[in-house]
Amino acid sequence: MYRYDALDAEMLADRTAEFRTQVGRRVAGELTEEQFKPLRLMNGLYLQLHAYMLRIAIPYGTLTSRKLHRLAHISRVYSRGYGHFTTRCNLQLHWIKLKDTPDILDLLAEVGLHSIQTSGNCIRNITADPYAGANAEEVDDPRVWSETIRQWSTFHPEFSFLPRKFKIAVGAAPDDRTAARIYDIGLKLRRNREGQLGFEVMVGGGLGRTPYLAPTIREFLPTKDLLSYLAAILRVYNRYGRRDNIWKARIKILVASLGAEQFARQVEAEWKTMTQSGEAARIDAPEAEVARIRRAFGTTPFKDLPAVSEAFEAAKAADPAFARFVRHNVLPHKVPGYAIVTISLKAPGEVPGDCSSDQMDAIADLAERYSFDEARNHFEQNLVLPHVALDDLPAVYAELERIGLATPNIGLATDIIACPGLDYCTLANARAIPIAQDIARRFADPAVAEEVGELRIKISGCINACGQHHVGHIGILGVDKKGEEFYQLTLGGSGLEDARLGEILGPALPGPRVAEAVDVLVDTYMKERAEGERFVDTFRRIGLAPFKAAVYAEAH
Amino acid sequence: MQKLIKLDQGRPAWVEDSFLDVPDEEPTPGQGDVLVSFARFQEEGEALAAAGRKVGVRLKADEPVEALAPFLDRVAVVALAFPKFRDGRQYSQAVLLRDRYGYTGELRAVGDVLLEQGRFMVRCGFDAFVPADGTAPDDWVGALARYRYVYQTAVDRREPNFALRLRAAEGA
Repeated sequence: MYRYDALDAEMLADRTAEFRTQVGRRVAGELTEEQFKPLRLMNGLYLQLHAYMLRIAIPYGTLTSRKLHRLAHISRVYSRGYGHFTTRCNLQLHWIKLKDTPDILDLLAEVGLHSIQTSGNCIRNITADPYAGANAEEVDDPRVWSETIRQWSTFHPEFSFLPRKFKIAVGAAPDDRTAARIYDIGLKLRRNREGQLGFEVMVGGGLGRTPYLAPTIREFLPTKDLLSYLAAILRVYNRYGRRDNIWKARIKILVASLGAEQFARQVEAEWKTMTQSGEAARIDAPEAEVARIRRAFGTTPFKDLPAVSEAFEAAKAADPAFARFVRHNVLPHKVPGYAIVTISLKAPGEVPGDCSSDQMDAIADLAERYSFDEARNHFEQNLVLPHVALDDLPAVYAELERIGLATPNIGLATDIIACPGLDYCTLANARAIPIAQDIARRFADPAVAEEVGELRIKISGCINACGQHHVGHIGILGVDKKGEEFYQLTLGGSGLEDARLGEILGPALPGPRVAEAVDVLVDTYMKERAEGERFVDTFRRIGLAPFKAAVYAEAH
Repeated sequence: MQKLIKLDQGRPAWVEDSFLDVPDEEPTPGQGDVLVSFARFQEEGEALAAAGRKVGVRLKADEPVEALAPFLDRVAVVALAFPKFRDGRQYSQAVLLRDRYGYTGELRAVGDVLLEQGRFMVRCGFDAFVPADGTAPDDWVGALARYRYVYQTAVDRREPNFALRLRAAEGA
């Protein structure tokens, strides 16, 4: 875990002091809401349907037990005893009072957390592979580069007023666990033939009303050039991205309108000039600084353990429920004798991504005791204990069960991504959470969900697509039809290494029919599936027609 | 005469603006220093310079600095106009003027220029400001001093955190 040095801490102190002054002026009436709005938005403070919402950054998704305890405390004291983990490594707290926000920011800063650049048209919090440092496939630790980008992009003078918000993801393994192709920039660490470390650079992904998957504009960028190359991309975007229409302002529109090749040529030309003029050398982080950041993450003191744990094997044999949990929520670790545990925040009937303060405290304790003090925020709105010894898995499971977080459903039909929807959000056209709850109830029997297998359902309450419905195996989009909530279904999408946008199934369905339609889709898949096929594989093999016929036949 | 905030050794202070800002609809006055659009500069710039008058050029956010670059040695002021404070194109234009084209004259922020953006503007090379929010140099002194450290290099050449760390490590 990256440890802030004195300079990092001073940066935060200056920020919170600034915001305290600004809030003071607003509360005293010296600033109007109109004048205050851009200032509060720079600190992730939104005014929503019922109250303020504070979006707290969880840089590249990494948490220590101290940080998680602090988030638990803040959500208990200043919100209503829970927080909402998003798909972009943020925690959102609703019901926040304006006058409390400076104190909250101080409490966050004490543990190295903040809400800097969690809103506004700037470079947002970085998303990284939640299994960083724990999975065997990664070529390097993506957190080192994420922190390098975080520092460079914080209060960047040239890139704080971009045409639109800007999100970057950093992965490091062949399996994509960041949804890199739906980011403004997706970076994937890789080695070239000579064994050098670099990045594949993908630019111009995004969902919303015009979804695009990011094309690769450079197959290999040496790591030493990372920041200057990012600066070249951002400069081209800052200068030439559209600003006349908020719906056309993301970089995806610029990339799509120029074409990936032309866009890449412009970036390369800008970068070449920056390199020749010496500007690139001033921007790029010196090797010594990257090495310092790497050191500041520290090393995890893994023990020499046997690859097989007898206690773990015995527990699996004795308890089928535990064995099921292991099948779905536990992954192999790069170090023998350890495992990666994903904690589902998708218990049937609960709000996807929500976590109570008590649960946060309990997870923080688990992290401290069993996972070298580390927890992660997974972009699919779950949490991760990255380094658990196999011997300890039964104890971790027992505790998760006690706090209601042992749902064995990672990647299954009940592991649903949903935005807050009309229940909270001013932009939404329809509710998302009740739809997720309806569907989850249909697959509440873990044996049924397991039989169906991997099925990624994603729900957005409006076209802004915060629930990432375009890349769901089944995507569900809430639309407003003359004041009534309807839902449009898409099939076959993915945001991962097999990235693809979903195809529209047919006319939108009324809310009460959605869960039933999902049932019909799943039945169709079960009838048609070949050995070893996931829902999405069957769909891609047999196409839309059988699914469409099944769902709309039912309607007559 | 219009007043503007100008950095004097890095410190914001009021100065009288000796340049008359001439809109395109009006003819260029017969004497004095003038600030004109890029279009007018292209037509009249040479004649004005020949008459020994100082000329400044206003650039809109969609007028690329590349077009002005060949003439920078004849320009006394470049005024980059912010149509809205949220429109950040002029930050990139400022960086290019300073770092790529070596412009050392006055770089003025005009249009929707607000105190809260001042620190970004200074870091990108602006040294003169016509604030749209009624703020005064005292406000700017405070706002510019708010952040003691910076994470990245910029036109102002403030030493970024990574360089401070490197220096500390070498000194240790």
